[in-house]
Amino acid sequence: MTQTLTPPPAVASLPAAPAARPRRRGQLRARLEIALFTGPALLVFLGFVILPIVLAAFYSFFNWNGLGPLERFIGFDNYARALGDPVFLTAIRNNFTIVGLSLVIQGPLAIAVALLLNRKLRGRSVFRALIFVPYVLAEVIAGLSWKLLLSPRGGINAVLESVGLGDLAQPWLANPDIALGVMFVILTWKYVGFATLLMLAGLQGVPQELQEAAAIDGASWWQTQWRITLPLLAPTIRIWAFLSIIGSLQLFDMVWVTTKGGPVGATNTMAVYMLQNGQGAPGYGSAIAVILFVISLIVALVFQRTIMRRDLAGALTTSGGR
Amino acid sequence: MNKSRTTRLGALVAASTVAFLGLAGCTGTGGDGDGITLTWWHNATSDPQQGIYEDVAAEFEEAHPGVTVEVTGYQNEDLQRTLIPNALQSGDAPDVFQVWPGGEVRAQAEAGYLKDLTEPLADEIAAYGGVVKPWEVDGKQYGIPFSFGVTGIWYNTELFEQAGIEGTPETLPELVDAVAALKEIGVAPIAVGAGDLWPAGHWWYQFALNACSTETLQAAIPDLDFDDPCWVEAGELLEDFLAEEPFNEGFLATPAQTGADSSNGLMANQTAAMEFMGPWNSGTIGSLTPEGVAPEWLGWFPFPSVPDAAGDPTITMGGGDGWGVSVDAPDEAVELVQYLASADVQRRFAEAGSGIPANPEAADALTDPNLQAIAAGLAGSSYVQLWLDSALGPAFGNPLNQAIVNIFGGTGTPEDVVQALKDTAAAQ
Repeated sequence: MTQTLTPPPAVASLPAAPAARPRRRGQLRARLEIALFTGPALLVFLGFVILPIVLAAFYSFFNWNGLGPLERFIGFDNYARALGDPVFLTAIRNNFTIVGLSLVIQGPLAIAVALLLNRKLRGRSVFRALIFVPYVLAEVIAGLSWKLLLSPRGGINAVLESVGLGDLAQPWLANPDIALGVMFVILTWKYVGFATLLMLAGLQGVPQELQEAAAIDGASWWQTQWRITLPLLAPTIRIWAFLSIIGSLQLFDMVWVTTKGGPVGATNTMAVYMLQNGQGAPGYGSAIAVILFVISLIVALVFQRTIMRRDLAGALTTSGGR
Repeated sequence: MNKSRTTRLGALVAASTVAFLGLAGCTGTGGDGDGITLTWWHNATSDPQQGIYEDVAAEFEEAHPGVTVEVTGYQNEDLQRTLIPNALQSGDAPDVFQVWPGGEVRAQAEAGYLKDLTEPLADEIAAYGGVVKPWEVDGKQYGIPFSFGVTGIWYNTELFEQAGIEGTPETLPELVDAVAALKEIGVAPIAVGAGDLWPAGHWWYQFALNACSTETLQAAIPDLDFDDPCWVEAGELLEDFLAEEPFNEGFLATPAQTGADSSNGLMANQTAAMEFMGPWNSGTIGSLTPEGVAPEWLGWFPFPSVPDAAGDPTITMGGGDGWGVSVDAPDEAVELVQYLASADVQRRFAEAGSGIPANPEAADALTDPNLQAIAAGLAGSSYVQLWLDSALGPAFGNPLNQAIVNIFGGTGTPEDVVQALKDTAAAQ
């Protein structure tokens, strides 16, 4: 739903009509061009992004079972019910836990791997491919594989037992105390490749000359990375963090395939809760969707207006080009 | 052969076929279905059932020249939760489709999507008896079941023998003894797919049947009144039973029917000895064996009675699947449902071992001994309580089952389940 963050193409940046032509005609033509080029995109955007959001907001004020007319207006009752449900509150907390863990663990991990793979290294392309493979794998396939590996009689426990660590063997995804952590490990395995790819791309934009100059000045490898590479990589890190936050807030597929939000809600997320509790009650489900949307929107806007302000100067705001 | 003669011959064949099948009251319209296309959605996605339905559609087309039947099988939950509600809401509903009993048929009927079948199916309704009741809404019949059965305990006769268990448990303490004996031989006594929530829910529903009197059950569901202390007792019975640790390791993340580590899979590979499940279980266990058929060692017994409980021990829990007709569907759609409900089609359903036929005339066609046992259990019931999530309706399923699973996981209490019921009821 956060696609709504991308506004329709800015109108102000169109080239001015040539001065030699009659002004009126030029303006008309420019307007026609605008209408022609933005019209179809605008229609799709309104019909498939804005309208569903407005409809969801509308449905969320009704007690509606999905059949028959919308008749029972109940105001904000659906919202009160959701925010009073401990299961939903746990789901929100889980989403933010994943956001935090991703930023603190996946980010540094991806940067480290990217720095490593950016050095001249034997078999570098093989490592690059290996770390990126999980990201390419379909979510359902990866999820099912992990589910089988982590089941009480699965591969992980069998390996542990064969090396004499049988005490550590346990039902990984069925233990409410560790299930969220295990879920995060799966998510890291799945997405660190994508983060690494972004960081590697960012590293290509760090000029070689700066590093050479630092080396001449006697800077160690660590100093060079810390004082030159990382600051220059910052725009990439910020973009990755933004994608990671939004992805974590809307986390659904991996959880659905592996645990369906269980055990006892330990890995529940807002999107999983929406699907489970919206069945047979689309009014309530819509309220959950709106809450998820509002949370994502607020987080995204705050992130864009603060941390990413310089990256987006002029793109989102007209006065932001300071 | 000229055209009118063909039509007349077709009509004759149709009329005689229909008459032969014993479908009274539809011979008049048997042959004049020019250019009518009936869409029919069901939940059979594998053979033999899917094949039988295709044959049935072809036979119906043959008996009704000019009528085309487009029959499609969809995965059960997709059909129930997504496809049918959307099709009904969009005004482009299939003519004949599967209708789930209890809350589901009530919601669809109240919204005006279903044809009242009380008159046209009067003969079938009379012949079927009590099993049609869950498809009745405010005295009108909106669907007719094609399968109906009760939930009971499926067990592995070989493992029972190994564990030295004689006969099958008839009381809850005997079941607890069997659990202990099975632990001795190193198998999971009972498999439960609590990861899918509803299989765990069924345990609590059963204990609610044990704890509550029939009057309480029958009043609570339409009135959504859960004040009786028996609803809390149900959870307490469950807690006591859970204290015996009867379930498979990692049951909180175990699915019901998918893969080797599902509860069905644990049964199929003989690492679990029992599973409390509906009549479909021999089929779903069978599909997870290398041979793809129900194992010979599979047995079935009714849920043991609970001593000193208020509930009537002859009440059983169960449910079924039925056919409904869209309110806009042509008369031929009703005829198709009549054909589906006929003893002939129902007998083929029974012979295939797909479930317990709802038509009592077809019961003798059951060959699977377990299904015969379930049919006998059904026949001996004083009252069949529909699975509570079905009876209460789709909005209840998840909150109720989630609260029950919390008891399984040790994070919820019997009172929490009742609170979840009351909260959901308050939001209706």
